[in-house]
Amino acid sequence: MLKIKNLESGYGKLRVLRRVTMHVAEGEIVTIIGANGAGKTTLLSTISGLLKPSAGEIAFDKQDISRTPAEKVVFLGCSLVPEGRQVFSSMTVKENLVLGAYVHYRRNKRDHVKMGIDKVYGLFPILKEREKQIAGTLSGGEQQMLAIGRALMAEPRLIMMDEPSMGLAPLIVKDIFSIIVRLREEGNTVLLVEQNAKAALGIADRGYVLETGRIILQGTAEDLLSNKDVQRAYLGRDLDTETTL
Amino acid sequence: MYWEPEKETMEREELEQLQLERLEATLNRVHMNVPFYRRKFDALGIDTDDIRSISDIRKLPFTTKNDLRENYPYGLFAVPLREVVRIHASSGTTGMSTVVGYTKNDIKTWSNLVARVLTAGGITKDDVIQIAFGYGLFTGGFGIHYGAERVGASVIPISSGNTARQIKIMQDFKTTALICTPSYALLIADTIMEMGISVNSLSLKYGLFGAEPWSEAMRKEIQDKLKIVATDNYGLSEVMGPGVAGECLERNGLHINEDHFLVEIINPETLEPVPPGETGELVITTLTKEAFPVIRFRTRDLTRLIPSPCPCGRKFMRMHRVMGRTDDMLIIKGVNVFPSQIEHVLFDIEGTEPHYQIIVDRKGAMDDVTVKVEVSESIFFDEMKKQNELMDLIKRRLASELGIGVNVRLVEKKSIERSEGKAKRVIDLRKI
Repeated sequence: MLKIKNLESGYGKLRVLRRVTMHVAEGEIVTIIGANGAGKTTLLSTISGLLKPSAGEIAFDKQDISRTPAEKVVFLGCSLVPEGRQVFSSMTVKENLVLGAYVHYRRNKRDHVKMGIDKVYGLFPILKEREKQIAGTLSGGEQQMLAIGRALMAEPRLIMMDEPSMGLAPLIVKDIFSIIVRLREEGNTVLLVEQNAKAALGIADRGYVLETGRIILQGTAEDLLSNKDVQRAYLGRDLDTETTL
Repeated sequence: MYWEPEKETMEREELEQLQLERLEATLNRVHMNVPFYRRKFDALGIDTDDIRSISDIRKLPFTTKNDLRENYPYGLFAVPLREVVRIHASSGTTGMSTVVGYTKNDIKTWSNLVARVLTAGGITKDDVIQIAFGYGLFTGGFGIHYGAERVGASVIPISSGNTARQIKIMQDFKTTALICTPSYALLIADTIMEMGISVNSLSLKYGLFGAEPWSEAMRKEIQDKLKIVATDNYGLSEVMGPGVAGECLERNGLHINEDHFLVEIINPETLEPVPPGETGELVITTLTKEAFPVIRFRTRDLTRLIPSPCPCGRKFMRMHRVMGRTDDMLIIKGVNVFPSQIEHVLFDIEGTEPHYQIIVDRKGAMDDVTVKVEVSESIFFDEMKKQNELMDLIKRRLASELGIGVNVRLVEKKSIERSEGKAKRVIDLRKI
């Protein structure tokens, strides 16, 4: 569904992504793990059209989107849930969701908006309760749900999430991740960027480890979980001091 | 029957994407973790970031067996030793043999790839597999063993040797699949006949043979004598061991596990790629190995790729059975032997001349080696005892150097034919 070859990208003269080759197949949950500054957000921003790559290919459903503006990428079926939620904090929950359906207004498919909102409320009943509440007054977890809901309003086939667990209590993280699993069960494809490698690999099919703009490891989530480098660097396990499990 | 249908029938385009992802990640890791590769790339001015397609691999230098020897034992490992859970060494018992390591994930991958090869050769979980490969530093025994357990078959780790016992176990345990070198399979077959046992009384159905070159004629003989379906499989310890490639029941070329190994065929003299389908030296780059990745390893094995699709449905490219070697290495009883090793031993023994000849033949099904050595004239005037002592000494030294027993014949000075130019040191009379 998404195929990236030798992607190079960054900010001005700063080259953040050196050479990234990866893919996401339909129906998969794929995670990109890596430390701060590895280039995870840059990668998602480049795929979603917010940054222009300096080299390389991005194909979404075999269509080159490396030069496609962000709003068109959403139009094609690829939505981003940005880092730090970035909900419209002075608007109500419902207004946020309606804005996410922007592409359907353009297509004159307003009935999709109503259906979309119902679907999001089905997924996150708490949002229905808070329908008229100003988004800025929601808790962190609720804001994350709203950000995901807003992205879903465009009815994407590929949903990309940037650090959905950031700043959330462990229990809420669990909720968010079970939602991601449910999204996949409903036929969505998910590209998940996470610092919380353990949680991400726990639900993903496959993963890539990004380090200073390059992919150094790739494989099934199971293989990555048992890779010693991943354990040491991203799972916070010190193998030398660890005794029996 | 496939072991991993979604992988083994992967479309080429999808496979190439996966190969590129894995190649780039492997290069990033060897550049970071293996000083040997980093220095070599830097010296040649190669930036691994410039490798952007599968064919770009040609910009990278080759790795040879000699590189492995020079970095004996652990110099090419890409992970610290505490992450290595298994160590094997290639056959050849010299101090400078090549040492390879495996992480937990490597063992998992290896078992899985061997499971693919076994499944392609007809093995299922219902089989009783007699593994008559040597267990030990040699990758054959353990490599097949783990794969066979992965398939879920009942594994008999009998190891090699003691043919009468092999046959007894084959009868009593109702072995359905035999795994060993093709020459040992023939020896077993001949011994069964000599013992007057009817092959029909055995339960054998399949045989998977490898670790040495063999021929179609030999396959026919093994299949006829043991009444089994015999398939060929290929691997080498430097790359992983068994599991690199294996035949399906079509028995017409070995499917390479291309999602884990990138293969090239080069002209061994110009080192350039040969045109598609032509014969040359097999060069392998590992795509998923963690502990011991190799970049463009020159196998010295001659083969060619078979690009046409296989009726079995597997999409992985096939390679023709190995047709020979590009160096003078001999494979005797599954052990790698270089004439230079023999020369080295003779050079150190007083009373021998630097003229020798190695005659390799097949007695029955087994390889038989005779080393003819010229000795100084004086020794022939002396008593027999002295001659015998010298012969025993040479035999002992050779056995300890090569790891296999050889016959030694002392001959008079100048009795070995001298050739102008390159000496003909090896006479290989084996017909395979």
